[in-house]
Amino acid sequence: MSTETKNYEPGMHPALPPPANSVGPVRWMRDNLFSSASNTFLTLLGVYLVYLILPPFVQWAFIDSVVLGAESRKECLAIMGEDRGACWSFVYRRWGQFVYGFYPMEERWRVNVAFILTAITIAVVLIEKLRANKQILIAGVLLPVASYFLIVGGSFGLVDVPTNKMGGILLTLIVGLSGIFVSLPISIMLALSRISKLPIFSIMATIFIEFIRGVPLITLLFIASTLLSYFLPPGSNFDLLLRVLIMVTIFSAAYIAEVIRGGLAAIPTGQYEAADALGLSYWQSMRLIILPQALKISIPGIVGSFIGLFKDTTLVVIIGLLDPLGIGMAAISTTEWAGLSTELYVFIGLFFFIFCFGMSRYSMHLEKKLHTGHNN
Amino acid sequence: MANNNDKPAIVIAGMHKWYGDFHVLRDINLEVKKGERIVVCGPSGSGKSTMIRCINRLEEHQQGQIIVDGIELTNDIKKIDEVRREVGMCFQHFNLFPHLTILENCTLAPIWVRGTPKKEAEELAMHFLEKVKIPDQAMKYPGQLSGGQQQRVAIARSLCMKPRTILFDEPTSALDPEMIKEVLDVMVELAEEGMTMICVTHEMGFARKVADRVIFMDAGQIVEENTPAEFFDNPQNERTQLFLSQILH
Repeated sequence: MSTETKNYEPGMHPALPPPANSVGPVRWMRDNLFSSASNTFLTLLGVYLVYLILPPFVQWAFIDSVVLGAESRKECLAIMGEDRGACWSFVYRRWGQFVYGFYPMEERWRVNVAFILTAITIAVVLIEKLRANKQILIAGVLLPVASYFLIVGGSFGLVDVPTNKMGGILLTLIVGLSGIFVSLPISIMLALSRISKLPIFSIMATIFIEFIRGVPLITLLFIASTLLSYFLPPGSNFDLLLRVLIMVTIFSAAYIAEVIRGGLAAIPTGQYEAADALGLSYWQSMRLIILPQALKISIPGIVGSFIGLFKDTTLVVIIGLLDPLGIGMAAISTTEWAGLSTELYVFIGLFFFIFCFGMSRYSMHLEKKLHTGHNN
Repeated sequence: MANNNDKPAIVIAGMHKWYGDFHVLRDINLEVKKGERIVVCGPSGSGKSTMIRCINRLEEHQQGQIIVDGIELTNDIKKIDEVRREVGMCFQHFNLFPHLTILENCTLAPIWVRGTPKKEAEELAMHFLEKVKIPDQAMKYPGQLSGGQQQRVAIARSLCMKPRTILFDEPTSALDPEMIKEVLDVMVELAEEGMTMICVTHEMGFARKVADRVIFMDAGQIVEENTPAEFFDNPQNERTQLFLSQILH
C-alpha cells in the first residue's frame, strides 16, 4: 500500500481512480464468498451440494439415457441393461399427444398454424418496435381471432373439432394465454371500480373480488363443470372448456385487480391534481397519466399472477380436461410405459419452467426499460 | 383593451369551505382584474393554498360564488373543465409526469384537451421551453432534472395551454436556495408580460417587485389586503405585523 500523499491547493483535489486492491474478481470473491469463517463454510457447503446433485443428474438425464430407440419401457431397460438412465423415448413416442391432446391427426396442421400466429401476436405485443406500427399492432391483435377459428373449426370449410379433443400443451396455452390476455383488461376495470367514488361501482367490485379471492380455484372449476348446469336453462349446451376459461379468467382478474389497486394507491395525489388542473378528463388522465405509472409499479405482481395462472391450468385435470400432466399420467398407466414417472415430471416441469422463466425475465426487462429515474 | 379589461378575471364572493366540521375558509371575497398580479401570504394552515385550489376546483367550496372568466364554478363538470382549460396551475412539488419526457409533459394537454396537432403542439412546447430557458432538456425525463428545472418545466407545461390566469401554489418552497432565483426570474418575466397571476408564496422580494396587491390570510380569512409598499412598510393588522416580523429578519 502506498502511503504517499500529494498536497493540493484547497479545492483543487482531482478525482482519482480507486486503489487497485478494491476492485477485481479476487476482491469480489473475498467480499462475497469468503468474507468470514461462517461465510466460507456456507460457500463450500453450497459447492458440495451442487457436486452431490448435478453430476448424477447429468449422468441420468443425458449420458445414460435412451432418447429415440425404444417403443416401451421394457425396450428402454433392455438397451440400458439396467435401470440407470432416463427413458426419454417415452416423451418422444407420446410427443403428439403431449402437444395436441386428442386433436385429430390429419387436422393438426391447423394447430401448428395457430401456434405460429400466436407466437406472432405475442411478439407484436411484447416487442416495442413492432408495436409502434399501428397496422402491425392491429394485425397482431386480430390474429388470435384467426387462431380461434382455426382451432375450433366448423367454418371456412374446416372440420369442427369438439373442445374435449383438445389437450396437452395446446390446452395449457389456450387456457393460459386467453386467461392472461382477457384478465388484464378486466382486472384494470375492477381496480378502477373498486377505488371509484361512486359507491355502486366500488361495492360491486369489492364484493366480486373478495368472493372470487375467498374461494379456491378448484372449487370454481367444479362449479364450472357441474353446478353451472343447474343455473343454465335446460338444454343449453355451454361448452366445458369455455366455462373453465371464464372461471380461470375471473379468478386471475380478481387477484390482478388487487395488485393494480396497490399500484394505483402508490401514485401520489399530485399526479391526479396535475392531470385535473390541465383539464384532462377522467378517462384521459387514467389512460395517459395514472395507469401507465400504476401498471409499471405493478409489473412484478401482475407477472407473478400470470405465472400463477399459467401453472394453475394443471388443475383442469381434476374436472377431466387433459393438460400435459393429465396426458402424461394417462400415458404412464398404459402397459408400455407403466413404471415410468420421473421422466414425465421432469419433462412437464421443464415445459412450465421455460414459459414461466420467460415471463419472469420479460418482466424484469420491462421494469428496467420503463425506469425513468423517478421513484414513484 | 380597456373594455376587455373591465370584466374581472376572477370573482370570489362570500365563499366558505369546510373540511368535515372544520371551517377552513370563511367568507372569502376577492376580485382579480385581468392582468393583475396578486401575492397571497400568511402562516401555514391559514387556507391560502385551499383558496387558490378552489379557483380551479381542485377543492370544492360549499357556499358562495366563484366566477372565473364569467363562468361560475358549480358541480357541472363541463364548466369545471372549461375553467381548467383557461387557468394554469403550478404546484409546490411540480407534479410533472415522471413517465413522460419533458416535451411530452408539455404537449400532452394541448394534444388531448385542445386537439392541437402533434407537430404544432411540439413547436409550441419548444417555444415555451425556450422561454423558461431549458429547451436542451426536452428529451429528458423529469427525474433527470434538478428541482428548479422541473419547476420551470411545470411553468412551461401550464403555458402550453395558453391560460389566461396562472395559479402558483408555493412554487419555490420545495427548492434548494440556489434554485429559487431561476424560478422567480421566469415568474417575473411572466408578470411583466401581463399574465394574470395569483401566487401563494413567502418570497417577499418577489411580492415587492411584481405584485399589484398583497393579500394576507390567517385562520381561513382575508385579514389584510394592500399594495406591496403599504403592506410591508405600514401593516395595519396586528396579525400581519406579527407575521411580517417573523419572516423578515
